[in-house]
This record gives sequence, structure tokens and C-alpha cells, in this order.
Amino acid sequence: MESSLQVDVWRGGAQGAYRRYQVPRQDAQTVLDVVTWIQRRLDPTLAYRFACRVGMCGSCAMTVNGRARWSCRTHVAKVAQDNKLTIAPLAKLPIVRDLVTDMREFFDKWARAKGQFSPTATRHDDFARIAPASAARKEIDAAIECIGCGICYASCDVVAWNPAYLGPAALNRAWTLVNDSRDGDRAARLAAVAGDAGCHACHTQSTCTERCPKLLSPTASIAGLKRATARAVLKGDL
Amino acid sequence: MLWIAQRATAALLALCVAVHLATMIVAVRGGLTAAEILGRTRGSVGWAAFYGLFVLAVAVHAPIGLRTVAGEWLQWRGRGADACCAIIGVLLLALGWRAVAAVTV
Repeated sequence: MESSLQVDVWRGGAQGAYRRYQVPRQDAQTVLDVVTWIQRRLDPTLAYRFACRVGMCGSCAMTVNGRARWSCRTHVAKVAQDNKLTIAPLAKLPIVRDLVTDMREFFDKWARAKGQFSPTATRHDDFARIAPASAARKEIDAAIECIGCGICYASCDVVAWNPAYLGPAALNRAWTLVNDSRDGDRAARLAAVAGDAGCHACHTQSTCTERCPKLLSPTASIAGLKRATARAVLKGDL
Repeated sequence: MLWIAQRATAALLALCVAVHLATMIVAVRGGLTAAEILGRTRGSVGWAAFYGLFVLAVAVHAPIGLRTVAGEWLQWRGRGADACCAIIGVLLLALGWRAVAAVTV
């Protein structure tokens, strides 16, 4: 391919602006390739994050042509319109510089949703035995592969409307722990996700599920938390 | 615990609205006059209880939803918003029960 891409890249902080670059079009080119080419050949001051380049680490998410995507596994051929790309930092997070956002609030919300495992056993106990076919294990399997990229969070309208909302990723994490029979903090976790900022604030618009690059369904996890919190209330545990 | 109250009342409202709509359709298609309808509702403990419960469910459900709308659309949260929504709930309850009393007592 010999054509060139017209790429508008967000530069600066919240008050920044788009700057236009011309980047050669290549076969099997990803959005991360484009950003890297700009930094290495055109403008070494461009700031962006990446680590693994293969969809494992969750650090390279950015807004590409208006949608949050993982840039390392987004092929230009899939998203470029008329050989044009607009690349911005993830929405709903403070911009540090250029394509780098401050993810602190995103991960602080994981902590607020009690996303930490609370062990009940010690090193002297035997291994916990969890049947792979058990219902709880299947729920965990369906939600556990989150890489913490923040795409669901940046795509969620409720996050914009309700800044305290814990968001799809943190609630998805809480759901995996609610189903974990080894965890000892279930009641506190359900209490943490049952408030105004928790699972019941979700409008079930499912944008998180549509955009998740790992094809998870935070919507299903949040629905699970809604049922679990309701049951806990009925049992008098919440 | 507002969310569980809203969900519980939503379940109740689904039933109440269905009964209400069916009742209206039957009353209209049956050609009942207002006087005939009042004749059946006045003194009826059943209709008073049904619509009294219906109004109570509305008065609980609607303000909780409005509180969410105020927070998400107007960014209005806190005591002022809560108080305003609570007042709307009390008004709905008072006006609704007054209307129920007017046709059943």
C-alpha cells in the first residue's frame, strides 16, 4: 500500500487541540503502529502508553474515531474512514498529556468496590477445591479475563452522569469475588456495591459489553450483583 | 435501601397498572356511566384497598426515580434534592389518596 493516512492526534492536556500528521499506510497496520510511527519519525514529544502490544496488558486504550478501543489490536483497515483517523485519550478520565490519561480514579473505584481478595484460609490449609463445572466458577470464568484497560469505563454514560459511579470494570471485578467461595468479605463487598454509586445505578445500556475488547459482559456481572444484593436484603444480610 | 423499595414498588406497579388498564377497558366497553361506576366503587373496601396500594406504590416509586434523574441530568444531589423528591412523594400520596377517597368513600 502506498497511500497515506491523515491522522489527527490530541495534543496537550484538557485544553489541548488536535494536531494533524501524515502517516504512510502499511499492511496489517494497527492504531498503535500509527501512534508509534508518529512518535518515532515525526514528533518524539508525543505521549502515549503501551506495554505488551498483544492485547494482554490493557495499557494502550485510546479513543479512535470517537470510540474507545485497544490500539494494539485495532487494525487501521477496520477503523479508518477515507484514510482518516482521529485519535484522542480515553474519555471520562483526566488527561495527563496527549494520549495519556490519569487512571487513578478508575482503579480507586476498584478498591471502593472492594475488588481486593480477602482470604479466609492460611498457608497451612489445604488448597481450596472449586469444581470447574460449578455455577459460581462459571460466573467467575465469564468475567475474570478483564485486563483493566478502562474502555468500558470510558464508554459508560452513567460514569459521565454520576461521577461517583463505580463503573463496569470495578463492578465486574466485585462480581468475580462475590462468586469466589474462598473470599471472606462478601457482605462488605455487597454493601459497597449496593449504594447510589453501585450496581443499581447501571441503566443496562450495555455499551460496556459492546465495547469490551475481551468480549466480557460487565452488564451481566452487574445484573448478577443486582440479584445478589437484592437476595442479601431479603435475607437481612444487607 | 431506596433501590430495593423502587424495585419492589415497580413489581407492584406492573400488576396494578395491568389491573387498572383492564378495569378501564372493561368499564368503557361495557358502557358503564360515571354514576354506575361510582355506584360500584363507593363503599367498596376492595377497590379502596387496591387503589390505595396503587397510590402508595406510585408515591414511593416516582420520587426515587426523580431523585436519580435530578442527580444524573441536573447534577443536583444532596439534602435539597432529597427533600424536594420527598415532598413530591408526599404530595403524590396525599393527592392520590384524596382521589381514591373521593370515589370509594
